Amino acid sequence: MTPEQPDLIVRMVCRGLAPFIQLFGLYVIMHGHSSPGGGFQGGVILASSFILLAMAEGSETLRRRLSLTALTGFMSAGVLLYAGIGVVCLVLGANYLDYGVLPFSEPRSVGMLVIEIGIGITVTAAMLSIFRDLLTF
Amino acid sequence: MKSLHLVLTTVIGLLLILGSLNMPDTGDPGSPPATHVSPRYIESGLEETAVPNMVTAVLADYRSFDTLGEVTVIFAGAMAVLLILRSTREEDES
Repeated sequence: MTPEQPDLIVRMVCRGLAPFIQLFGLYVIMHGHSSPGGGFQGGVILASSFILLAMAEGSETLRRRLSLTALTGFMSAGVLLYAGIGVVCLVLGANYLDYGVLPFSEPRSVGMLVIEIGIGITVTAAMLSIFRDLLTF
Repeated sequence: MKSLHLVLTTVIGLLLILGSLNMPDTGDPGSPPATHVSPRYIESGLEETAVPNMVTAVLADYRSFDTLGEVTVIFAGAMAVLLILRSTREEDES
């Protein structure tokens, strides 16, 4: 058994576990503003599910599935989403990152949710990018 | 030279311990951090932000600039790892 082709049971168990870990990660991100959690924690949980899959399937699959271009793009997109919300608030006539002017019924809550999503995207992509770099190094 | 380092470390350590003696007790309600902005966060945080989680309200609303910096630090860290490892690999291949 080569290290590139792990045991069938390990692969199947990891494949079965991954969706639940990802669901929990998304829950932690989406409920960051009403329960313990947030973008950083949820992003790491989400990234850990992909790392689990990568360890089960072998490094060649990871290199094929996760392109560096996409990871770098997602990393930048998360930071841009965060900073973009600030710019939207500026355009609507308030201070930078002052969510009170967003056109929603509970604008501050929605603003926080959006920046948590931005943080989650950046943290997930950063963790996966570091893992991929160290693995292929 | 070694004894000079030892003396310097000891003196600076003693100065730091001396400075920490005047710090307020943990959880002291009369300490400066507990009387400056914390009451405002605790009393009016829910009605100002409509978010029941006080930690997130402080992190993501009152101190949003700080969190933006944190995300940028993580972004920069991943970028640094990427650039260092990638440039080393290219040197190996050439």
